[in-house]
Amino acid sequence: MTVPSISITLTGSGGSGVMTAGNLLLEAAGRAGWFGMMTRSAGPQIRGGEAAAMLRLSSIPVLVHKERYDILLGIDWKNADRFASEIPLGSDSLVIGHGEPPAVFADAAGQQFQLDLPAIAKTVPGGRANMVALGVAAALVGLPVTAVSQVIDKALGRKGEDAVSAGMAAVRAGMEAAKNLPRFDCLPVDSGAEADQRETRWNISGNEACGLGAVRGGIRFVAAYPITPATEVLEWLAPALPKLGGALVQAEDELASVTQIIGASFGGTPSLTATSGPGLALMMESIGLAVASETPIVVVDVMRGGPSTGIPTKSEQSDLNIALYGLHGDAPHLVLGPLTIADCVFTTQWSVVLAEKLQTAAIVLSDQALGQTRSVIPRQLDSGLVAQREVAKAPGADYQRYAITESGVSPMSLPGQSGGQYCADGLAHTVTGLPSSKAEDHHLQMDKRLHKLAQYDFGDHWAEIEGDARAETVVLTWGSSYGAASEAVAGLRAEGKKVRLIAVRLLSPVQPQRLAEALKGAARVLVVEQSHSGQFYRYLRAQYDINIPMRSMAVPGPLAIRPSDVSNLLNDWSGS
Amino acid sequence: MIATTEIDTSAGGCQLFEAKDYKSGVKPVWCPGCGDYGVLLALTKTLAELQLSPEQVSVISGIGCSSRIPAYLKTYGFHGVHGRALPLATGLKVSRPDQTVIVASGDGDGFSIGGNHFLHACRRNVNLTYIVMDNQLYGMTKGQASPTSAPDWEKGKLTPGGTGINPFHPLVIGLASGANFIARVSGTDANGAVPILKEAIEHPGFSLVHILSPCITYNREQLDWKKQVRKAPVEATSDPAQAARRLMTDDNLNLGVLYKGSRKPYQPALKMQIDNLDLLEAQFSV
Repeated sequence: MTVPSISITLTGSGGSGVMTAGNLLLEAAGRAGWFGMMTRSAGPQIRGGEAAAMLRLSSIPVLVHKERYDILLGIDWKNADRFASEIPLGSDSLVIGHGEPPAVFADAAGQQFQLDLPAIAKTVPGGRANMVALGVAAALVGLPVTAVSQVIDKALGRKGEDAVSAGMAAVRAGMEAAKNLPRFDCLPVDSGAEADQRETRWNISGNEACGLGAVRGGIRFVAAYPITPATEVLEWLAPALPKLGGALVQAEDELASVTQIIGASFGGTPSLTATSGPGLALMMESIGLAVASETPIVVVDVMRGGPSTGIPTKSEQSDLNIALYGLHGDAPHLVLGPLTIADCVFTTQWSVVLAEKLQTAAIVLSDQALGQTRSVIPRQLDSGLVAQREVAKAPGADYQRYAITESGVSPMSLPGQSGGQYCADGLAHTVTGLPSSKAEDHHLQMDKRLHKLAQYDFGDHWAEIEGDARAETVVLTWGSSYGAASEAVAGLRAEGKKVRLIAVRLLSPVQPQRLAEALKGAARVLVVEQSHSGQFYRYLRAQYDINIPMRSMAVPGPLAIRPSDVSNLLNDWSGS
Repeated sequence: MIATTEIDTSAGGCQLFEAKDYKSGVKPVWCPGCGDYGVLLALTKTLAELQLSPEQVSVISGIGCSSRIPAYLKTYGFHGVHGRALPLATGLKVSRPDQTVIVASGDGDGFSIGGNHFLHACRRNVNLTYIVMDNQLYGMTKGQASPTSAPDWEKGKLTPGGTGINPFHPLVIGLASGANFIARVSGTDANGAVPILKEAIEHPGFSLVHILSPCITYNREQLDWKKQVRKAPVEATSDPAQAARRLMTDDNLNLGVLYKGSRKPYQPALKMQIDNLDLLEAQFSV
């Protein structure tokens, strides 16, 4: 199955505004009734470096980029060759810009056209090259001018009428300039009446989606330390929380942000922080404190290339090991991974609810590919899951904070509750919280903390299962790799092949019975992930008893896994 | 934020609290003669002076001898990880401004591993009371030099010839970083400490109380502190420049309130009338 879609990259340097143009193009596509996604790539400069906005527009929701870009539109070509590996072109591709494009693009593309966008912009009073680029792109993909004009109104309206009319004049100049270029207008455009009846669509990034999921789940305190590519989770929450009666505090470092949320949660407020690999490494000691003291917290880790500083602006799924095994001691906790941008809403929300319910730490493994990609998706309805912590009722002299209960979860008293006073402790402790180094106390509390996770019924949300229920060929994946795996499986099935896909959302605690059930009848399992060492594959090998031939497809970042990578491997394996 | 109305805080009523009502009865791990006993006593007496219900008080600590104090109190408590008591307390106080939050620490926990948090807690000026029991060494790990050790103290087991480096001056640094109240008390004079601790708790914003708390196990010479300390010869100033001059020349033995500032405490407004989530979600609509 080939998803009908158009892929276009806008590139430029020196603060040319390609990200703005790309986002407006995406938003206009949403207005026209399309779906789509936009990935950003930028050079290492803080501002004004070369940048590329990579879009895929489609009439159905899309999760990954295509194998090739149809159009590469350059405001200029300065340093654009840095993006060569990220912008594959083919013989059908079109390169448009002024002057000689980098050879890597010129050699690959079937057609080249000269268009001097900055020069066209100069012919329009107040015109900007990125708005001309928007006009060219809109014309090439067949977007109606009304859709573009609506988003220009929305984006530039605040700057006044002059800005709007200058913006639109530049767009029209771009559309005019593009009129003799080949068209890629394969996508149907909604009529006005259809647009009125259409379900609401969102233009949202994965990081914003995590923020929304957090507040839907009941998060009302956030401590924040900026780090790429997680910062937007926190920046979205900063103005949102005060509107909901909550607060965000900017902390001095990640050691502080994680302990601040433990303090706030101790006080009874569902609390969260977001970070990326280096920050998560710093937080590990205190995540263990949350586990030992049974204080619920949620830590969103938006993964980037590692180790060490790695590649801050690009994606990788290589924090799985530290999230699963990074805590010292035996520290059972929750690890979850959203599969798509839309799923960032649900998985974060569910993680909040689970952490609060089970009084432990939850690590949510998003990544840069989800977090910083914008996507037009159907509006995500609220799952209605809200944090419900078991609070002690009228605690008295016999109150035990860490009492042994059937579920392993003990009612938690909150500061202010008379009779509920206890001292939360990272030291091994008795049922009342008193420090104890006795073997029996240590064993009892470790059993309790393991039991509360092991006995909990996580239900069907542990994974998404798609495709042919009894197919012999299975693709097993997690996190953002789901996008490529899902499109590959759909493509193979459209060719008549039997394939099923299991995408694990709940990584810890392990769900051996559920996975065994999902794998029934499988003859070969391809494990797809974006890491160098096959972290997910090795985790499956270590934690699950799978007696089926398994192969690891572990591809390190920063390049996204493409659906064809997955289907080619499956075809080779099934054919051999 | 949390609906504090849902917590039944009506108990307590008009009963009078005595110092013993704040003691948990757990036997401290401290050595006989440790200055921290005096701090524990002073703290319970102060809470009785203030007539705060035990459930209205949270005592937050890190790791070290002094950080053991929450378990010996009948208030709410959190004995966290090494060096992070201040951010733990910040998260609690900001989200639960109704609680009286006291942070207990030592010179290693507070000024070495937790040094960055100390600077930023002073700067942020959350309404906390930070009591630092300074014995100029690491006691729990059995006698190493700390940031406040004298450079020629040769008994530190990791620095046999002495550290050779100047000690950290917590009060000068606290003032420069923005602490809103600075005082020093002696752990061996509980009654003398009570009025100062009371004032520190009542003063808005971040209050730093430096406590000379001798460790007679690893540095017996600190027993002399009891004879050497004196009431500060001058009244507390509210002029930071004057306070800076005094603290820079301070010999670490002046007791009393040394600086009282009037900076506005940091406390985000926690709105009671809250917006509907739908309003937030509207921003995503295409």
